[in-house]
Amino acid sequence: MDFQALEPALLAAGQDSGALIGVLQQAQEIYGYLPIEILEYIAERMEIAPAKVLGVTTFYAQFRTRPVGKNLVMLCQGTACHVTGSSAVAEAVGEFLGVAEDDMTEDGLFTYTNVACLGCCSLAPAMMVGDRVFGELTADKVVEILEEIKNEE
Amino acid sequence: MRNEELKIVVGRGSCGNAAGAGRVFDFFTEAGFVPTIAGCIGACYLEPIVELYDGARRVATYVRVDLEAAAEIVKYLENQNSSDDEYKISEADAAILFGQTRIALANCGIINPEEIEEYIARGGYEAAKAAIISGTAEEIIEEIKVSGLAGRGGAGFPTWFKWQACRNSPGGEKYIICNADEGDPGAFMDRAIIEGDPHAVIEGMIIGAFAIGSAHGIVYVRAEYPLAIHRLNIALEQARQKGFLGANIFNSGFNFDIRIKAGAGAFVCGEETALIASLEGERGMPRLKPPFPAQKGYKGKPSNINNVETFANVPWICRNGGAAFAAYGTENSRGTKVFALAGKVKNGGLVEVPMGATLNHVIFDLGGGIKSDKAFKAVQMGGPSGGCIPASLGETVIDYKSLAATGAIMGSGGMVVMDEDTCMVDLARFFLDFTCKESCGKCTHCRIGTKRMLEILERICAGGGRDGDIETLEELAESIREGSLCALGQTAPNPVLTTLKYFRDEYENHIVHKKCNAKSCRPLITYDIIAEKCVGCGLCLRNCPVWAISGEIRDIHIIWQNDCTKCGRCVASCPFHAIIVQ
Repeated sequence: MDFQALEPALLAAGQDSGALIGVLQQAQEIYGYLPIEILEYIAERMEIAPAKVLGVTTFYAQFRTRPVGKNLVMLCQGTACHVTGSSAVAEAVGEFLGVAEDDMTEDGLFTYTNVACLGCCSLAPAMMVGDRVFGELTADKVVEILEEIKNEE
Repeated sequence: MRNEELKIVVGRGSCGNAAGAGRVFDFFTEAGFVPTIAGCIGACYLEPIVELYDGARRVATYVRVDLEAAAEIVKYLENQNSSDDEYKISEADAAILFGQTRIALANCGIINPEEIEEYIARGGYEAAKAAIISGTAEEIIEEIKVSGLAGRGGAGFPTWFKWQACRNSPGGEKYIICNADEGDPGAFMDRAIIEGDPHAVIEGMIIGAFAIGSAHGIVYVRAEYPLAIHRLNIALEQARQKGFLGANIFNSGFNFDIRIKAGAGAFVCGEETALIASLEGERGMPRLKPPFPAQKGYKGKPSNINNVETFANVPWICRNGGAAFAAYGTENSRGTKVFALAGKVKNGGLVEVPMGATLNHVIFDLGGGIKSDKAFKAVQMGGPSGGCIPASLGETVIDYKSLAATGAIMGSGGMVVMDEDTCMVDLARFFLDFTCKESCGKCTHCRIGTKRMLEILERICAGGGRDGDIETLEELAESIREGSLCALGQTAPNPVLTTLKYFRDEYENHIVHKKCNAKSCRPLITYDIIAEKCVGCGLCLRNCPVWAISGEIRDIHIIWQNDCTKCGRCVASCPFHAIIVQ
């Protein structure tokens, strides 16, 4: 594993344990997820117990310890989305991608995950793919969107 | 004649972008115009919204602007004889949108959030300047006290009291923190305010920092809000360049700067002490109070935490006086409140109303009523910590006391509207699933109690409800409320208790008769074909994903109950309404 890319973040953080979450966020940005080697390396460099680094990592929903596809599909399961049919959307996504939640598709293009509210409630049911928000989804519409993204790749 | 004078403003909040505002913006650019952007104006159901301004005067508002509409607008701009009426906002929508009393949202959707000059042109940073140059901390706190401003994040604690406590707390280094970790499902006003008017929040923080004597500000914002973080970063940089942040602000000798901390996704971090733990790089777990953050907060120093909407109200109060703010609202709840309307309501989006308005006013007069004109059943206020208020209490006045009397809370202002198709038991299950996942695990009653409640609710929704389940739920609710340290646990049973209070018959119907009133719990419903209505077209058969329907063309079809997964696609596909759900 190449640790070099993480160097600027680690140098800026030094041994300030308050910067741990920020370092983890940058590491995830670089590597796509947080493999155990990275966590151990961060622990060593920041002089924080590895158990604590893992504890923080697993506490927050944003951090992933498994690799994800190129397109992370975040399906909102907030209240507004729930009452407007987000479970049918999630089912359609699972069926289309042919994988379980949090698993990566074989071609490495997609991982889908159910998340708490994305704050786009007026567009419910909503999802985010990367930084893009899609709203007023139906089982058919979500498949269309994913197909389009797949074709773009 | 081409009209170059008019300014084209495209709404580019997250909602506008999702509706296609980016394409519309690019279209105007390619047509040779120089459009600008604005944040969310609140009418998300009308996005993408494009407005024309003659100087500061709004001359036209176009709604649901697709590329075709944009082309028409360009035509109109190039030749005034052409008509643009087709895409203009309706009178009814305009009355709702422009008829609101807006304080926190005053600039949202109007100014370009990425241009500090537009904020300044509307009186921005005047309040901060006046406060710092010619005011005293005591005067500011007194003004906020007169205004009656209370925390808009949920708890409704008087803002002046927190500021005073932090100011009086001994210790040189103090922190002022803006809580933008809007984790409450169904609320999105904080996102919209930061995306649409970030300088109002910054100015509110500057005034607050001066009042409590703090040099360090932190905005703790959700990582799920990339656009909000982006705009806030731009705004901070512009404020620094103007000298509104940094050393020696307004040459007064007062130093203050703000940094952004992106949260990493944990609902419990909305709680003050958990938020502080998260800022310190720890797992976001609450701790016992006292000591309160005002005494011992971030890094052990006195800290003051307010919500985004609270800060956004501060500059207005300082400019117009606390009494002007207090003139709105009721005896115990002053000012205005922003509500996020979502769910089965027609006009989804943000509205700002004076405290004291009724729920019906917000849902029907501003929200336009229920989608597909179904029956209004209930509204969920305050997210997972709040409760369900039934339609029969629609005349309830919106203030802290009246809402608490129903068993719900004001919360951060999320209003998820539900119609007859929403099952109240399933809704309670949904919220318990949320709090169970989001419980930090520190308190046993919250960690295990919510899990036990969830298991019971799941069983009831799956048709396994037993005699005594309701009583067990009530007992668990009581012990979780008493045995939890923070508000997450203390309020986690609220959705169950309020649905039990107002919709007990639905629970009983699930448990005793194994039937779901709203026909939404799959294990409790069956799909059947009405022989008299079926013409044997075969559409349902072709749409069934599990081959649970059989029948020859022009013969009556049947659904094999053992194979049916109750997905509902046959109902949606039948043009003759021959399939019923029971």
